[in-house]
Amino acid sequence: MNIASRFERAPENAPTVRIEVNGETLVAKQGISLAAALLAQSGNPSRKTAKGNDRTAYCMMGVCFDCLVEVDGVANTQACMTLVRDGMIVSSQAGLRGLGGGQDV
Amino acid sequence: MSEFDLIVIGGGPAGMSAAATAAHGGLNVLLLDEQPHAGGQIYRNVGENRTSRGWLGKDYSAGARFVDALDHPAITTQFGATVWRLDSGPRVIWSRNGESHISTAQHVLLAGGAQERPVPFPGWTLPGVMPAGAAQILMKSAGMLPKDAVLAGSGPLLYLVAAQMIDAGCPPRALVETQTPRMLARALPHLPKALFGMTTLLKGLRLLAKIRAAGVRRFTHAARFEAQANDDGSIAFSFEHKGQRNTLTSTLLLTHQGVIPSTHMSRSGGIAHEWNAAQAAFQPITDIWGGTNQPHLHVAGDGAGIGGAETAAASGDLAALNILHLCAKITGDTRDQMAAEPRGKLFRARAIRPFLDAAYAPPADVLSPPDETIACRCEEITAGQIRESIDEGARGHRQIKTSLRTGMGPCQGRMCDATVRGILCAGHKSAIAPPRARSPIKPVTLAELAALADGPKTGA
Repeated sequence: MNIASRFERAPENAPTVRIEVNGETLVAKQGISLAAALLAQSGNPSRKTAKGNDRTAYCMMGVCFDCLVEVDGVANTQACMTLVRDGMIVSSQAGLRGLGGGQDV
Repeated sequence: MSEFDLIVIGGGPAGMSAAATAAHGGLNVLLLDEQPHAGGQIYRNVGENRTSRGWLGKDYSAGARFVDALDHPAITTQFGATVWRLDSGPRVIWSRNGESHISTAQHVLLAGGAQERPVPFPGWTLPGVMPAGAAQILMKSAGMLPKDAVLAGSGPLLYLVAAQMIDAGCPPRALVETQTPRMLARALPHLPKALFGMTTLLKGLRLLAKIRAAGVRRFTHAARFEAQANDDGSIAFSFEHKGQRNTLTSTLLLTHQGVIPSTHMSRSGGIAHEWNAAQAAFQPITDIWGGTNQPHLHVAGDGAGIGGAETAAASGDLAALNILHLCAKITGDTRDQMAAEPRGKLFRARAIRPFLDAAYAPPADVLSPPDETIACRCEEITAGQIRESIDEGARGHRQIKTSLRTGMGPCQGRMCDATVRGILCAGHKSAIAPPRARSPIKPVTLAELAALADGPKTGA
């Protein structure tokens, strides 16, 4: 699956930050959550569950934990509760929510 | 000796107005909120959006006055602060950027608000399916507009989001509503009382008129939702309408079935809860001031029962007045006199609720979805597995949790408790006790726990 963002960006001028997601540079509007930045970039899944199913951020308010990603080496970070920061390094998780972002199980 | 007179947990309309009223009355207040800015979900980023995003509407921008009122020397605010434990004392333990803090006060006001009711149906976990409120959060906090979205479900928020999308220039593809003529008939006896909330009623009618004028397709009395992902990532959303199966394909499916109180904190704090049948949700048992069976804990706003922003603000004021009285800042007479205005507001704001609750009630298959539906998103447990567990003798939340792990993932039951209860109760009326909520009520790292052992950082 490779789908463009399911959201349009409202025509607004805002400063941007650069973050790295799975090795690729992503330019995001400053002050938005990481989950929003990922959803603005593409409609693709940002996580795979233990059973291999696709997920993206769901509730956007810290309730559902479907937006978990690894941020600057910290696994299981809620992307919807984390604001984008210049230079942030993000990688998506697959599998169980282990300490190594699922890679250690 | 407590550091603060009052700790308010939650920076939405209830928490913000309570903090301001308490500070004006002479109390030293700490306001904690998990989000980066004041406003709660309803007024999310309202302070940052003063001169932009006008399509969110006047009711939204009016929320900036609550944010401004927090600018008071007796109010300390901490945003990005996640409360994960509430102790008697009372003591509030919270984390910010991975660092634990303990704050103490004579009184704690829980103003944690609501979450959207989970809307489970086959396919609701797919990328491209989100709650309508989540899309609204993206509109408010990131200026992101849903592209060609189908709105499905029921409730006033669905109309509000549709109207905001129209004003922002990205009208929804269609509105698929589960509301039935029978629900409307059940709501009609509540209409006379709802007239006390005439302004709200008129606002609702204006939203509907806007949706009609924009030519958005509407399906009502829809049922049996199902979503499937196409190869290109788009969502094929199918539903029953007038005896036929319809399919709408879009990039985004936004669902909504009202909101329910967030009760993890109030339950873990030992507050007694009751089932609100009209709203199909558990809520803490409170008196008119928001007082509970725990002497130092008050609850205000949607977390005490769904009433909306105006109800929340008024109930926050009432709780603050009662706490001012309990702290001997004002007499009982003064409290009662000062309460007249917020009580009037509360009456008018609540008058429309019975009508809305009946007209937009969640349908039976949302409360108790078909077998193949994922009920617990974290552990990927289906409604069918829960039914099997019940057939094998499970009689309550805890037994189902023990046998299946429902509610044992990181969301701690926030996404499945309502569905587990709905399945447990389907077909019979036996009372089901609310599930237990234990500390830590949000996942914390061992480092955050361990930091408390060797001399925690106190203070905000």
